[in-house]
Amino acid sequence: MTAQVITVTSGKGGVGKTTAVANLATALAADGKRVVCIDGDIGLRNLDVIMGLENRIVYDIVDVIEGRCKLKQAMIRDKHYPSMYLIPAAQTRDKNAVSPSDMVRICNDLRPDTDFIIIDSPAGIERGFRNSIAAADRVLVVTNPEVSAVRDADRVVGILEAEEKGSPALIINRLNPVLVKNNDMLSAEDVLDLLGIQLIGIVPEDESVIIGSNRGAPVVTDTKSRAGQAFRNIAKRLQGHDVPFMELEQQNALWSAFQRLTGRK
Amino acid sequence: MEQTTSLVQIKGIRDGLLASFSDAPWEDQCGALITQIDERPAFFQGARLAMDVGLQVLKVNDLVDLRDRLSERNVVLWAVVSESPTTEKTSQLLGLATRISKPRPEERKQFADVISDDTALFITKTLRSGTRVEYPGHIVIFGDVNPGAEVVAEGNVIVWGRVRGMIHAGAKGNRSSFICALDLSANQLRIADEVSAMLKPQKDPKPEIASINSEGRLQAELWHTG
Repeated sequence: MTAQVITVTSGKGGVGKTTAVANLATALAADGKRVVCIDGDIGLRNLDVIMGLENRIVYDIVDVIEGRCKLKQAMIRDKHYPSMYLIPAAQTRDKNAVSPSDMVRICNDLRPDTDFIIIDSPAGIERGFRNSIAAADRVLVVTNPEVSAVRDADRVVGILEAEEKGSPALIINRLNPVLVKNNDMLSAEDVLDLLGIQLIGIVPEDESVIIGSNRGAPVVTDTKSRAGQAFRNIAKRLQGHDVPFMELEQQNALWSAFQRLTGRK
Repeated sequence: MEQTTSLVQIKGIRDGLLASFSDAPWEDQCGALITQIDERPAFFQGARLAMDVGLQVLKVNDLVDLRDRLSERNVVLWAVVSESPTTEKTSQLLGLATRISKPRPEERKQFADVISDDTALFITKTLRSGTRVEYPGHIVIFGDVNPGAEVVAEGNVIVWGRVRGMIHAGAKGNRSSFICALDLSANQLRIADEVSAMLKPQKDPKPEIASINSEGRLQAELWHTG
C-alpha cells in the first residue's frame, strides 16, 4: 500500500495550518497509521515547536535535498506515537532551497513505508506554496470564518483548480457558534456558499488548542476538547470513514452555560 | 545549437526578457528554451520572462509544467501573450499577465479589429479571487464572480450568478454598456469611467441591471420583465 500525500494550505497566514497538521497527524497516528509530517515553511519553521520536537532536530529537509544526510536521518520520531515522524524545515535558509521536484522525490521515497504524508504549506501563493502542493494527492484548505481569510482561501482554491490538482476539501477553523448566532461572524454556510468546495470539518474556537500548541502536545489528545474531537473526526474522514458533523451550536450553548455555572470562564 | 536558437527567440524588452515561440511542436520549443537557459545560467538568473506563444493552444498542464521548470532555474514567468483564446484563458487562470506593457506590433491590433461589438467570451465557471478576465467584446459568465476577481469588458457583462467582485463594462469608454446579474452585490462596479461602490449585501437577491442613467450617474435597478 502506498501513502496518500495531503497538503494543508490556506493562503492567509495565522489561520491554523500548522495546528491542523499537528493535530491531524497525531490523530492519524493514534489510529495506528504510519504518518510523516513535512514542514514546508523553509525559513519560518514552527511545526516542530507545535509538536514539541524542536530540541531533537539534527538534520532538516534542506540537508536531505543537498545530500548532507539520508532521508531517514532527518525523520524525527514523535515522543508519544512511534509511528509518527516529522521532517523539519530549515530555519536558516529560504524557500528557494527546495524545488517542486525535490518535494515530489522526497514524497515518492517515503510512500512505500507510510500511510499518510502530511505537508504543512507556508502562507502565501509563492514558491513555498508551489513546493508544498507539487506532490499532493489531496489538498486541505484551512480558513477562518473571516472575510479576509475566505478571500485568500478562494484564491488558493482557484490556483489549485487551475493546476488541475482537483477540488480541495475545506476546514473551517476557529468558528465561534455564539458569535455566528449573533450575526457577528460568518457562518459555515456563508463560507461554503462562497467557496463552493467540499467541507471536511469545522473546528470550533477552543482555548485548549493554544494551550496544547504551547505545550507541544496537540489538543487532539485531549478527549474533553471540542476542537480535539473535531480534528479526530477529520482524521477519520481522511481515512474514508463517514463521520457525521458535530452539532456545534446546541452543544456549545450548553457548554458555555456549563462554563458560566462552574465559573470556568 | 543553431537549430535550438531558431526555435525560440529570446530578446530583452523593457520588463525583462521576451521569448517568442514559433509554430513548431510545444514540447520541442520548451526543450529549446530550457536548453538556452541552461547554457547561460548566469544571464538568466533571476530573470522575468514573458512569452509570446503565437497560435499555440496551451492547456493548464503545459504552462504549469514549463513554469515549474523555469522556476527551478530561478526564472519567473510573468506573462504569456497569445493569439489563441484558449491559451489566453489558461494564462489568466494561472494569474499570468496576457499583455506586456510594450504594445505588440500589428497582430495585436488585428485581433482587436476582428472582434466586433457582437462577440462575447463565454465563461462557464465561478471566477475566484485573483482571477482577472479581460475581453475586447462582451463577457457572459455562467457562475459567480467572487470577491477579489475582476472582469473587464469593452462591451456588456452578463452574469448568471452572484457578483461580489469587480466588474468593468465599456472599459474603452462606451457609456451605453450595461452589467446585469442575478445578484448584483458587487463591491465595485464600473461602466466606462463611472465608478460606483455599492456595498449592499442583499438578503433576498433579485436580478438587477446597472447602467449609466440620464443624469450621467451609474445606477442599478431591479430587472423587470416586459
